[in-house]
Amino acid sequence: MVTPATTSMTMPGRQAWTGRAGSFLRYVRRNPLLAVGLIIFLALVLFSTAGSFLVDTVKAPYPLAAPASLAPSWDYPFGTDAQGRDMLAVMIVGTRLSLKIGLLAGSIGLAVGIVLGLISAFYGGWIDSAIRWIVDVMFTIPSFLVMVVIASLLQQYISIENMAFILAAFAWPGPTRGIRAQVLSLRERQFIQMARLSGMRGPEIIIRELLPNLAPFLLAGFVGALIGAVYGALGLELLGLGSQREPTLGMTFFWMQKYSALLRNLWWWWGIPIAIIILLILSLYFISFALDEWANPRSRRSA
Amino acid sequence: MSWRYLVRRILLLLLVMWTAATINFFIPKLSPRDPIKERLQLAATQGGRNQTGLQAMADAYAHQYGLDQPLWKQYLHALLKVVQFDYGYSISQYPRTVNSVIGDALPWTICLGLVSILIAFVVGTVLGALLGWPRSPGWLRALVPVSMLTSAVPAFVLGFLLIYLFAFRLKAFPLAGAYSQTANPGWSLSFAGDVLDHAFLPAMALVLFQMGGQALQMRGLMVMTVGEDYITFADAKGLRPQRVFLRYAVRNALLPQVTGLVMSLGTFIFSTVLVETLFAYPGLGGLINSAIQVLDFNLLYGITMILVFAVCIATLAVDLIYPLLDPRIRYDRR
Repeated sequence: MVTPATTSMTMPGRQAWTGRAGSFLRYVRRNPLLAVGLIIFLALVLFSTAGSFLVDTVKAPYPLAAPASLAPSWDYPFGTDAQGRDMLAVMIVGTRLSLKIGLLAGSIGLAVGIVLGLISAFYGGWIDSAIRWIVDVMFTIPSFLVMVVIASLLQQYISIENMAFILAAFAWPGPTRGIRAQVLSLRERQFIQMARLSGMRGPEIIIRELLPNLAPFLLAGFVGALIGAVYGALGLELLGLGSQREPTLGMTFFWMQKYSALLRNLWWWWGIPIAIIILLILSLYFISFALDEWANPRSRRSA
Repeated sequence: MSWRYLVRRILLLLLVMWTAATINFFIPKLSPRDPIKERLQLAATQGGRNQTGLQAMADAYAHQYGLDQPLWKQYLHALLKVVQFDYGYSISQYPRTVNSVIGDALPWTICLGLVSILIAFVVGTVLGALLGWPRSPGWLRALVPVSMLTSAVPAFVLGFLLIYLFAFRLKAFPLAGAYSQTANPGWSLSFAGDVLDHAFLPAMALVLFQMGGQALQMRGLMVMTVGEDYITFADAKGLRPQRVFLRYAVRNALLPQVTGLVMSLGTFIFSTVLVETLFAYPGLGGLINSAIQVLDFNLLYGITMILVFAVCIATLAVDLIYPLLDPRIRYDRR
């Protein structure tokens, strides 16, 4: 694969970015999966942000805000739960909180991954071996169990931000490994060597040449880390390890289990959060599936 | 395979165990909670005894657990215990050791987990191989979106939907537990049937979730393999399609699939714990859940270390068997 990268050799930074955006948009048009995923995801984001104009987010998603166990009606379109939370408000705030945990943990994971991946690939030597060993170790440890231990010890003190930090502590090995491999393959290409010959310095090369070319991988890595964090948060919350006060999606699942919503036939209490969890995870999954193909054209499947 | 590679792998295993043990040791020290004191307080309030002497009792327990020693001594002691597979007493079920509590729960998890992961692997791989084979019937392709759905929806959500449909609505299967409360545990045919009846829905949730992912991965590997020159050559030689499919395509696509299976062990444990919680199954998942409620961190610690060890051994085993399966892989040449 030593074909000279003629197109990107003379491509300046800004044009590379707009070129990327253009090819991304063309890719969205061609790939229905990505389009469907993005539409569902943006709809959920819109629901959780614009929705707060519809309901009182300070009182309604908390207990005793409404009569208990009401089926959906005009006053409470999603019904209320056994402790008198307005389910519409719970879903609006809960989706936002779950997204917040995911985005926070995913961004931290990706940021650490970029830094460690770049250091590992650029400096090599013992730094590279050390980082590779740590990443290998982190991959082998079933991180969920360690998170359970941490979260159960912090239980009463856990907040949305703490939750995100716990998840972020295990969200970086994937991006680190991926980015390291990509940088290693990119830095041998000719346009990087050209940049080096033309007198560009290390940081300049990274910002103007490497990062634009890494964009697809960064995006795919970010969505991957986001899925991991949303999943992890749901799992911890299902065990009752989330913030007991905040109405996140996972905690709603936990409460409806604890108060056996199924046996009491309160279908709206479990049906609506499950529907939103499925929509959220499916949309992220579709986006990540499509982005992986965009980032790795070799694995692109001819339909 | 070279000795250097083996030594490197065993070092890595030790490093993983050491890291896990260290995290597990220091995290509780950073926590503001004191499980022994909480436990004694609970006992005092429930038993109606007065609170005097609580501090003395807590100190006595701390002495018994060696918590009054300097930190470095405690740390070395904890590492020694990990090497000896001795995790002390359970705090919530006091006179019992962590090992005996885990010993009761482990068979349930192993049976449920191993059986489901094996079924999911075999069925998923066969399905994926057929999906990636260009000459498969067209109706099979409808299964691609289905497997995407089941692999994306979390196992505990699948489990809940299965409970709703088959246990709550149709009443075809029991709602929870590993056997009926009226059943008589023992090695009898009727009890075995009862256990299978209870294991069906949780196993189904795990299989559906895992199978979708396996099928998609195998499909991707098949698509890559089918594009190789030797497949075209085998076709051109006029070999029977079944032979090309099995001996040329599937055999070569299977190998990365085996590594994929080991990589997915971590997520599989995660799903098993949550599905067991959902079904109140008496395995490790249920145990973790009850250990969290009363902060029995000796028990949590023991479960974590045993599962970390299991994953490490499985990874090592597959990595060592791998060159036997695939003569193209030689670790010493890297």
